[in-house]
Amino acid sequence: MTAGITTASRAARRGYRGAAGLLLVLGAAQLALWAAQVSPTAFPLPSAVLDSAAHLGTSGGFWASVGSTMAVWATAMAITVAIAVPAGLLLGTRPWAERALSPLIEFLRPFPAVVLIPLVLLIVQDDTKTELVIVVYAAIWPVLINTIYGVRGVSQLAKETLRSFGFGPLPVAFLVSAPSAAPFAATGVRIAASLAFVVAIAVELVGTGMNGIGAFTAAEEGGTGSTAILLAVALWSGLIGLGLNAVFAGAERLAFRWHFALAATSGELG
Amino acid sequence: MSATAGPPAPALTGGARGGLVLFLVRLLVMAAAVIGWQLGARAAGNPYFLPPAQIASGMYHRWFDGPASHLWLTADATANLLPSLGRMLAGWAIAATAGVALGVAIGRLPLLADLAEPLVHLGRAVPPPTLVPVFLFLFKIGTPMEVAAVAFGVIWPVLVNSIDGARHVDAGYTETARAFRLSAAQRLRRVILPGAAQKICAGLRLSLALALVMMIISEFAGSTDGIGNEMLTAQSTFDIPLMWQIIVLLGILGIVINAAFALAERHILAWQRPGQAAA
Repeated sequence: MTAGITTASRAARRGYRGAAGLLLVLGAAQLALWAAQVSPTAFPLPSAVLDSAAHLGTSGGFWASVGSTMAVWATAMAITVAIAVPAGLLLGTRPWAERALSPLIEFLRPFPAVVLIPLVLLIVQDDTKTELVIVVYAAIWPVLINTIYGVRGVSQLAKETLRSFGFGPLPVAFLVSAPSAAPFAATGVRIAASLAFVVAIAVELVGTGMNGIGAFTAAEEGGTGSTAILLAVALWSGLIGLGLNAVFAGAERLAFRWHFALAATSGELG
Repeated sequence: MSATAGPPAPALTGGARGGLVLFLVRLLVMAAAVIGWQLGARAAGNPYFLPPAQIASGMYHRWFDGPASHLWLTADATANLLPSLGRMLAGWAIAATAGVALGVAIGRLPLLADLAEPLVHLGRAVPPPTLVPVFLFLFKIGTPMEVAAVAFGVIWPVLVNSIDGARHVDAGYTETARAFRLSAAQRLRRVILPGAAQKICAGLRLSLALALVMMIISEFAGSTDGIGNEMLTAQSTFDIPLMWQIIVLLGILGIVINAAFALAERHILAWQRPGQAAA
């Protein structure tokens, strides 16, 4: 009981302090910019950025751009999962194939996908398809590699136990391999989801005449040229990114509660 | 991202012969991929898909056919490759310094950690490309803008990993250091930084790979020289061979940078490899 209360009060204290930290930094920036009499066109006041963010929040044009980015993101994620999970299962269950192909994977994986934009644009001749190709290329690796790790880490003992009880390969795959590899694949999907969002915006920013959040900022940059609006777009994008990550992390925790209970995974902040 | 940055698992088949066979198989796979690409591209005869031999010779003549006094780099290479690499490394160095300093401070001071947590979460969630136009406005086209974009874009992995590493230094060590009345500076240098080194290196490695991407994005958005700018030139002149050359160059660059960092990391962390501890 007491333990529950102390963790709750600690969480509340962290919340207060976190809010205080945000206010402190924003307030300090505001005061410093006022004191130094920096022109609002040279660097926007935090209050101006928040005001722009509030205006963007009710702007139909901005949300249409967000919708366009999210549509590409969703399609790209579906394609990514459809390719990377089966490929990861295949490579994970065949270690010799995985080991033989690993140099090829290690060669293709770190490749900066954004470089491909001009060439893919030229070949595909279609903005949305170009964006899809680039985003899928970037998003596929975390899912593939996490799935391979997950399948490879399946307990040999558990598989042998089931086999010795007379279960065939299919029940072993469904009762042992799939449940123990799924949390790893899901982690890969969560990482890929954040990555895909960022890469989609990068493609929209670099490619000319596209739709989406990246194109919206590029247009604002050329149009109003207000840094307050540009920062407000960045702020909203950050909030959307946080939301995406929270949704995926929440779904993971819900679906794989047993896994998190077994292996306390850390690595995230806090 | 840490899940994808893990070291490759050791080969399951032990022994020198197994290693040799694996090496040969891998060599065969890579060779088959390149030869397949070469034959496929030549058979297709499509102007968009160039065979690798043609790309390689084009790369050689464009960038590495220079005088020995310039380390065999051509004028094109010194005008474009070097500025890009310089910006990338400068941005990464700034991010590394700031990220480790802030991260260790946040990791060791619980009050600061509570204050900074939402800021860090928000900061790293902001897609770095959205800030490129902001930097373009603040610094105009040029090196400072690109360096700033790289630095902001890649600081987050270093920061988050430094926080995590510094926070989870074995309390036994820090308490011992305190009991021996080591000064704060000594504790930092002798206990906390070495204890967090592995995590910090993982963050630095991720951010180095990211720096290459941010360098290209920032140069795409606004530059007068550099690899990204060369790519834009290729795009506007429909110079497909040049596009392929840049793509392959950046692919190789990504691998070389990663390998160089892995080598440096092995030196830095040599003292804590389990094999040596056991010996």
